[in-house]
Amino acid sequence: MKMTMTQKILASHAGLEYVEAGQLIEVDLDMVLGNDITTPVAIKEFDKIGVSEVFDKSKVVIVPDHFAPAKDIQAATQCKCVREFSYDKEIENYFEVGEMGIEHALIPEKGLALPGDVIIGADSHTCTYGALGAFSTGVGSTDMAAGMATGKSWFKVPSAIKFNLINKPTKYVSGKDIILHIIGLIGVDGALYQSMEFVGDGIKNLSMDSRLTMANMAIEAGAKNGIFEVDDITIQYLKDKTDKEYIIYKADEDAIYDKEITIDLSKVRPTISCPHSPDNTKTIDELEKIKIDQVIIGSCTNGRLEDLRMASDILKGKKVAKGVRTIIFPGTQQIYLDAIEEGIITNLVQAGCVMSTPTCGPCLGGHMGILAAGEKAVTTTNRNFVGRMGHIESEIYLASPAVAAASAITGFISNPEQI
Amino acid sequence: MIFKYGDNVDTDVIIPARYLATSEPAELAQYCMLDIDDTFKDKVVAGDLIVAGKNFGCGSSREHAPIAIKASGIKCVIAKSFARIFYRNAINIGLAILECEEAVDKIQPTDEVEIDFATGEIKNLTKNEIYKSQPFPEFMQKIMEADGLVGYIKNNKMKG
Repeated sequence: MKMTMTQKILASHAGLEYVEAGQLIEVDLDMVLGNDITTPVAIKEFDKIGVSEVFDKSKVVIVPDHFAPAKDIQAATQCKCVREFSYDKEIENYFEVGEMGIEHALIPEKGLALPGDVIIGADSHTCTYGALGAFSTGVGSTDMAAGMATGKSWFKVPSAIKFNLINKPTKYVSGKDIILHIIGLIGVDGALYQSMEFVGDGIKNLSMDSRLTMANMAIEAGAKNGIFEVDDITIQYLKDKTDKEYIIYKADEDAIYDKEITIDLSKVRPTISCPHSPDNTKTIDELEKIKIDQVIIGSCTNGRLEDLRMASDILKGKKVAKGVRTIIFPGTQQIYLDAIEEGIITNLVQAGCVMSTPTCGPCLGGHMGILAAGEKAVTTTNRNFVGRMGHIESEIYLASPAVAAASAITGFISNPEQI
Repeated sequence: MIFKYGDNVDTDVIIPARYLATSEPAELAQYCMLDIDDTFKDKVVAGDLIVAGKNFGCGSSREHAPIAIKASGIKCVIAKSFARIFYRNAINIGLAILECEEAVDKIQPTDEVEIDFATGEIKNLTKNEIYKSQPFPEFMQKIMEADGLVGYIKNNKMKG
């Protein structure tokens, strides 16, 4: 039938046998997501539509995570707004401080995103759930409002780029290096309006945490969504998280792609995005000596257990360099607890790192680690635009948790293989 | 007047996150484009245009970005291409946007420009040139006519 994975999921949710790239369709939604920044705008629009209830109380998810715990009075007002709306509309999946986490770390952990689902979220990194074989994409607040009211959304069916992943990455190379490598290859608009479909023998060598990191940054190549083929690793991951049934979609043998790119994972090097664009990539071997002031390990991109474990393995028994503020953001309360039980947090704190509550915080220049003029940071976050983490004259280098941890020890952007 | 910018103008420079603790359009307009053009706020008047390179509006999904531009008085953004979430958001809130490489390459900041949204024609009155862009599909034109998605849903509900 010549359809990609994404096209098959969209066709099924539009009640159609077949869709093709470019077609405008209306689809049924399995989840509508928002946070403390985007939901207040959505609530205003929702009220204008004039319906009294959301389409399904179990399918709307609201997570205050950006400026929460509230960083100032304005943020507190926005959090209050989404809290009151959630209680009033009896939203089943509203996660208050104490239960919450960074939305894209929390939702997979709660088993709320499933293979074959169609998910929209008023947050650009909603594309994260493609790691589980869902069609999941970021939208704005008005789309969120319309989704909450009607349970439907319109889409132009995307074409796709097929990424055929082969072989196994080396010890210190993870999903972050692979996706930065890909963004460097195709550019920040390299997949504009398209799906990035990740398939091939190499995916069995990528953990779910690595896949979540990769799908998360599909938006940084301009993509509508990133999606992984569902395999045993996906099924195993979901086993203790949900008892709901789900449908696994595979691309047709004769699916049409705009382009096919093969990535040999064994050749990917630790990769860094230099200021001020995610596609301005260099391998660790090409990078000159760069002194840093701050290290951030966390975010919806890299705040999962495997990320913290990698940082801990590198920092255990060592000290962060004098003057390098190293701030760790576990993605969720559960990840935090698991990291405590594994001894990860002890290792990190003994090394001189500081722990934060789960929050998007500094990733978008909100709070908990803002940069001054002239400062440089190595961070495991997802964007290094001008002013993203603070002053417009600060600089952000995007990297994996392994590179970030190695850099914290030396005070310079460093190769974890040499620590 | 016309404000000209390069490629990959991201939503963090259109409206920096440090100002996202509000969603009031007039307040957001005060900080619009601040991190790449701190003169924008003082120079912009109703009816002005933004002309930019490829991938305009990349990055965050914040609808505050097109809201800030619209509230600044910008009538239309013409770019070589738009990031997809920004594209949706602009249509959904009723901010006019057009994709046209030729217009971006040829329009200069001091040119006088007229736009026919029904045909997608961009007329450069100063240079006496016409650039053609794709008009919106009918479905999107209806959303724009209803001043955004919410108006469109309300219209459809009334009909249904």
